[in-house]
Amino acid sequence: MAKVSDVCRYVRSKNAGPFWITVDLFFRDRTLFETHSGASALSAQAIAELYGVDARGVKWFAVPHLNVLKISYPRPLPQGGVIERDMHGGQQFVRLLSIEL
Amino acid sequence: MSGVRLQNTVNVMVPVGALGTGVRQSNLDAGLARGAHVIACDAGSTDSGAAYLATAQAKYSRDAVKTDLRLLMIAQAKAGIPLLVGTCGTAGTDATLDWTRDIALEIAREEGLNPRIALLYSEQNPADIAKRAVAGQVTPLAPITDVDPATFLGCDHIVALMGPEPYIAALEAGADIVLGGRTTDTAVLAAVPIMRGAHAGAAWHSAKIAECGGLCTRKSRLGGVMMRVGADAFEIEPLDPDNICDPYSVSSHMLYENSDPFELIEPGGVLDVREARYEAVDARTVQVYGSRFNPRPYTMKLEGAAGGPFQTIMMVGIQDPKVLDDLDRFLAQMEELMAERVRNVLGDRIGAYDISLRAYGWNAVSGKVIGPREPSPREIGLLFVATAGRQADATLIAKTCNPLFFHMPLDLEMELPSYGFPFSPAEIERGRVYEFKLNHVVHVASATELVRMTFVDAPEMAHG
Repeated sequence: MAKVSDVCRYVRSKNAGPFWITVDLFFRDRTLFETHSGASALSAQAIAELYGVDARGVKWFAVPHLNVLKISYPRPLPQGGVIERDMHGGQQFVRLLSIEL
Repeated sequence: MSGVRLQNTVNVMVPVGALGTGVRQSNLDAGLARGAHVIACDAGSTDSGAAYLATAQAKYSRDAVKTDLRLLMIAQAKAGIPLLVGTCGTAGTDATLDWTRDIALEIAREEGLNPRIALLYSEQNPADIAKRAVAGQVTPLAPITDVDPATFLGCDHIVALMGPEPYIAALEAGADIVLGGRTTDTAVLAAVPIMRGAHAGAAWHSAKIAECGGLCTRKSRLGGVMMRVGADAFEIEPLDPDNICDPYSVSSHMLYENSDPFELIEPGGVLDVREARYEAVDARTVQVYGSRFNPRPYTMKLEGAAGGPFQTIMMVGIQDPKVLDDLDRFLAQMEELMAERVRNVLGDRIGAYDISLRAYGWNAVSGKVIGPREPSPREIGLLFVATAGRQADATLIAKTCNPLFFHMPLDLEMELPSYGFPFSPAEIERGRVYEFKLNHVVHVASATELVRMTFVDAPEMAHG
């Protein structure tokens, strides 16, 4: 079974203001984008479970001209609080890489 | 590639993504030679955390900002075109705008320059914003849902994000240089194209693409870009002749640090790029058609931050293979023993507190329990973070936990090990935790209602 790291050439995460994290999955080509971007393992619901947030707050966008799936979710705690492990959210993509599609 | 360039464009040189990160003289020379009508950049964002807003301190060093600003001011004077700098001093507070003003005046004196400088202040009094909240003029943005006046009163500093209108007003009043407080990244770049009647959608969209300088190019370390905004489209090209913009590098920048890839909400409307088409017009320039700007009632986003509790930290390095082979149990046990020791030794003397252990090299970034199937790490750096209402209490907690942090064996009946402290004293007073408190917009009757504009003439100050 294909993993995210197999079908994407680049996956990144970043803060989008102090209250949101946004994740961009760049698929290797149009065929892989069309085959896998709608996978249930990458749905708003699945992402919400993975990051421990409310699915109703998750924004999900297919961006076909870039073969990109963009998913944004509210941070469980705002940037820089008492328990901050990743100030800019730049490492949050890592847990996506091993997801099986 | 059509090769047909846009005519009668308004050209904005964006030499750098943030003032103080390193302007290249060769970029400025190229931009002026290629017909820049204005130099514009910003000098901050919320990106670096709440501390800069809560304390009204700049992130970059005074020397770094002065080095960049000197090059920009000399280029401004030489070409006789305006220079706009938004979000001065990282968070765009009144204090950091004044800090930037003083640097500019010092440069003017040293270089014998004579610019008319406009200052745009957009910091807000928390009590005034609380009143506006009570009056129903403030709306929360997701994920925040409430508009409690106490939230605003609890902020150390609040800034409102300006649009392009105050910059336009300053230029129309004769400014050579405009230094702004907190401004949307895009507004400072879009101001002159909008002032001169270029296409609004193209002005805002090109500004979003250029906001981080070279990040929309293929070789971002080569510096900034030029935006050329026309009657129905825009072009974007790198300033360095060896750099390239292509449809991919340009269009993918819409994704960056933006939770929505198609819409960007600005003070007086919404940029919509759903219908945008990106085409290479030559080997290094991209033309973009189809951007739209849909006007909406004017709002200004609010940012507010405050200092919270205090932290004291310690760190040890651990290489002992027995500990590393059973790390999850080791960490759980240490956390439990520390809580017990603080309870027994300090009791009720301190109020609410938190102890957090982060094993770098194992799971510090994710915070998730790894489980036994993973291979053991070669070594870890174990970070201890005590958080309490006062710095002295956080330090008291750290000192109380020190013996466990230094000597706790994996099995408590074993001989006492000693882990590798890198410092003495072991504890470091890290200071406060700073937090963003606001994600709201304030509804205003005009773009300048919450903005104060003043002028300063460099020579007067120099002799005053």
